Amino acid sequence: MARTVVPIGPYHPLQEEPEFFTLTVEGETVVDIDVRVGYNHRGIEKLSERKTFDQSTFVIERICGICSTSHPFAYTRAVEDVIPMEVPERAKYIRTIIAEGERIHSHLLWAGLAGHFLGYNTVYMWVWKLREEILDAMEILSGNRNNYAMFKPGGVRRDIKAEDIPPVLKKIDSIVPTLEMLKKAILDDPVLHARTKGIGIFSKEDAINFSALGPTSRASGVARDVRKDSPYGVYDQVEWDMIVTENGDVFDKVVLRVLEVFESIKIMKHCLTNLPAGEIDAKITSIPPGEGIGHIEAPRGETFHYVRSDGTNRPVRHKVRAPTFMNLPTYKATVVGETISDATIILAAIDPCYCCTERVAVRTTKGRKLFSGQDLIRLSQEKTERLRKDMGV
Amino acid sequence: MTSQGLTREGVLKDLEERFRDCIVEVFDKSPKRVFIEVKPEPLVRMANYLFKDLGARFNIASGLDTRSHIEILYHFTIEDLNLLISLRVKLDREHPAIDSLAPSFEAANWIEREMHELLGIDFNGHPDLRRLLLPDQWPEGVFPLRQDYEEWDPEAIRDRGV
Repeated sequence: MARTVVPIGPYHPLQEEPEFFTLTVEGETVVDIDVRVGYNHRGIEKLSERKTFDQSTFVIERICGICSTSHPFAYTRAVEDVIPMEVPERAKYIRTIIAEGERIHSHLLWAGLAGHFLGYNTVYMWVWKLREEILDAMEILSGNRNNYAMFKPGGVRRDIKAEDIPPVLKKIDSIVPTLEMLKKAILDDPVLHARTKGIGIFSKEDAINFSALGPTSRASGVARDVRKDSPYGVYDQVEWDMIVTENGDVFDKVVLRVLEVFESIKIMKHCLTNLPAGEIDAKITSIPPGEGIGHIEAPRGETFHYVRSDGTNRPVRHKVRAPTFMNLPTYKATVVGETISDATIILAAIDPCYCCTERVAVRTTKGRKLFSGQDLIRLSQEKTERLRKDMGV
Repeated sequence: MTSQGLTREGVLKDLEERFRDCIVEVFDKSPKRVFIEVKPEPLVRMANYLFKDLGARFNIASGLDTRSHIEILYHFTIEDLNLLISLRVKLDREHPAIDSLAPSFEAANWIEREMHELLGIDFNGHPDLRRLLLPDQWPEGVFPLRQDYEEWDPEAIRDRGV
């Protein structure tokens, strides 16, 4: 059969970020794929060499709009590894709280996008509404919905006030019932199963060969999680389970991320209710010559930072490796042999990093009816019933 | 002690014995971090031993220009031991070249492409050294992560540290 090349990108109205995919297809089957990245390359490693250790924290927080804490977390740990030192207990708790809040909202964001890519926009709207609660909780804790600016080498920049904890716990608890419903819906929905089960299978051998990270490896039965393997923050003081699934298909990646949200809620609640008193900053005065490595489990997998110091107040080298760098090449192993209609969700299944920090705030309804979340669910159910009746199913 | 029977001391002793002629220096920095400087020629053999025999995960490699050498650190994690082993090689600054790890395992493919274009290191035997990050109009032979890098584009607005 004749081969056709389908170019996607680098700039496309439906792509959130510029990337260039070249899909070679025979009929509808993908036989080869090539990826070109770099359209978003900002030279941050070079930039970081010109900043002081403290300034770099802010630069690298802007690498990603979604996992904006994972980079400062790994970076501050790398700087602390140069010295080497440990941060105060309270700072560890606060860091863990922020990192887990970020994981919850990042996984929910992905689940919504996955629904969107499958043409299942109800899931998209539904999950993103849940995510709002978490973003609000993060705003209470840090003052911002994203880019929390909580981290600094030696500790955290801002304390969590005792009076802020109850409303945050309330927000977290409020999403659990809907999340349970979502979990049930995913496990039961035949359409979702048809679109994701057995699709884009990533084998265990490939996961090891590509050194895949995070949910991409855990969904293929490779139990890797920096939070368990090399505990940092207070992950070794909290009871939680590493979620591992075996099939490596898109379905397993969906289930895995939803289950991880429950674990993150567990960790976050434990930390908020057991927050110890004390200092939040070890107040580093100087950084000696040497090198340090910091790696932490971001929502998409391990984020890795390497810092070398020559004893001045600037790093001479700062290497940043985001998890997508390791996960992106894996779809050579997953997309080939699948149909072009499934390529989108397979590409999306590794959760490549998209930036979206925009928000809309409606202040006044000007007399129009304001629907609550419950109203919207009721309306949606009514419409489904109506459709069922019309279609006679 | 792990399911494979590995211990931290056992692994380090085994590496030192097995690669006695290849190791230049071992720096046991902390319980979780070991830096081993090795000669460039046996790097692939040693990396393969870590990756395939000891089941280590390849985190990433990080290259840097120390002004006297081009240095590459290959970071491997043995998760069961909570140990990060970094293999350090120092390459000649004029013509930095080393054998590629990409034929041995896929995880090394992209980072070698990145180091090739940003630091000008040649990876012998790499299957695909096309550009990864830099734009097409970027001139050949200009490596942005070298210490002597100079701005080549008079119209560029790049950070100059001011």
